[in-house]
Amino acid sequence: MADKPSAVIAQPAVTVMERAPAGPARPRSQAWLPFAAAAVLLAAWQILAQVFSLPVYIAPTPVQVARTLIIELPMLLRNFVPTAVESLVGFVVGNTIAIVVAVVFVHSKRLEAALYPIAVFVNTIPILAKAPILVLIFGLGMTSKVVIAAFICFFPTLANMVRGLTSVNPQSLELMRVLSASKSEIFWKLRVPSSLPFLFSALKIASTTSVLGAIVGEWIGADLGLGALIIEATHNFRSPLLYATVFVSSAWAVVFFAVVSFAERRIVTWKQGEVS
Amino acid sequence: MSTLGTAPAVRLEGATVRFTSERGSVTALDNVALQIPPGGFISLLGPSGCGKSTLLRLVADLVPPTLGTVTVLGGPPETARLNRELGFVFQDATLLPWRSALENVRLPLEVGPKKRGRAGSRSPEDLLRLVGLGGRENALPHELSGGMRQRVAIARALVSEPRILLMDEPFGALDEITRDTLNEELLRIWQETGTTILFVTHSIPEAVFLSQYILVLATNPGRVRELVECGLPYPRPLSVRETPEFIRIASHLRALLQTC
Repeated sequence: MADKPSAVIAQPAVTVMERAPAGPARPRSQAWLPFAAAAVLLAAWQILAQVFSLPVYIAPTPVQVARTLIIELPMLLRNFVPTAVESLVGFVVGNTIAIVVAVVFVHSKRLEAALYPIAVFVNTIPILAKAPILVLIFGLGMTSKVVIAAFICFFPTLANMVRGLTSVNPQSLELMRVLSASKSEIFWKLRVPSSLPFLFSALKIASTTSVLGAIVGEWIGADLGLGALIIEATHNFRSPLLYATVFVSSAWAVVFFAVVSFAERRIVTWKQGEVS
Repeated sequence: MSTLGTAPAVRLEGATVRFTSERGSVTALDNVALQIPPGGFISLLGPSGCGKSTLLRLVADLVPPTLGTVTVLGGPPETARLNRELGFVFQDATLLPWRSALENVRLPLEVGPKKRGRAGSRSPEDLLRLVGLGGRENALPHELSGGMRQRVAIARALVSEPRILLMDEPFGALDEITRDTLNEELLRIWQETGTTILFVTHSIPEAVFLSQYILVLATNPGRVRELVECGLPYPRPLSVRETPEFIRIASHLRALLQTC
């Protein structure tokens, strides 16, 4: 036999399709997986608590927590409102200031050199140490909680925004120069859109940490709020209420995160890192 | 002095560019004299580091000459840049990823001191059709292939109706089949618009296929080696690359590049 390479030239198939060809098999959604896993874990918890007949104040069963959640719902909601407002306002204030400071830093390397190390230093102070100081300054009302939530949002957004505004493709800058674009045109048409993916990464972090900030602020001293409720329930050994409160605050943080993620998907429609 | 005619679109006299850093200075271009007639198609060919891109950036007012003078359309390069007489196409398409193809083409109309808000005789839509992208106006850059992105970049460079088009290895990152197609289309666009084109390339066949003249640059320091005329008649079909004249010029260039 000859050792010549051979190839079969494919003829187009002439079979008439009777049905529309099935598209590529759609991957089955796996969204139910975490819910199934959670259900299994909750069931295991319920069974273990009953088998070992643990006292309620040490570890309430999921059923007890759920019952408390329903019975105490009006009270939980009353405490939820201030925490939600504090975290929302803190989120807006902290991120707005961070964005403004980032813009200032990008325009003045001197100010950045002078102030950025201080921002890093303040950021290294644990929030639990900052919170009492801020409560002393801003009082026991909602203001101090807003300030704490704003503080906790501030640094990640500042760091990301500075990086976003400066991480512009150098060739895009050359293009803008060939087009004789002004500094403000470069800022609005190039730097700001380039920074949006970075900004949203920071906002997603801030959406959950701002809730954390509000709750920590309420621990230090507040009459109302999920943080105050956590402290009260713990001191009175009302474990089902404690768990229910924790559930409400986590649910709020998840909703907050989901809203920011949704906004990100609507606004950042281009592929990240795609520059050419 | 390499002379290509009278009333040049671009004139370089004793143009020298030196980049100085802490580790010393590099002469990217040394004493270059050159005249390019309006409406010409000139390729810049040479080994890496011969200053091809620097020469283009000199004309585009992105790099100032250390010595000598650069005249673009009878004035300093800055005036040509501010008057929107220059279009620049980079090796990467350099599209803004959040703008659609059409919005990217429109960008030059939205920025700069001479922004007009609207196009001249050719609208952005017309230009997208001219580069073969009619119907893809709303596609985002990441939805387009590399060749299509480069077509958008060419349309963008043409939207302010520049009298000089500067192209820095625009097809260097594309596969050969796409490159052939775009080479043909670039010649068609050049003949339709009458723009002067300065075209940097690493490819000998590409340079011979496109250009009226090929400026061969030598390296270390970057300087003019020879100006090679390429008299093949236009329009040039891709098959022109099999003619003896094409092969003669290409092999002359290849021999020349070995001495650069």
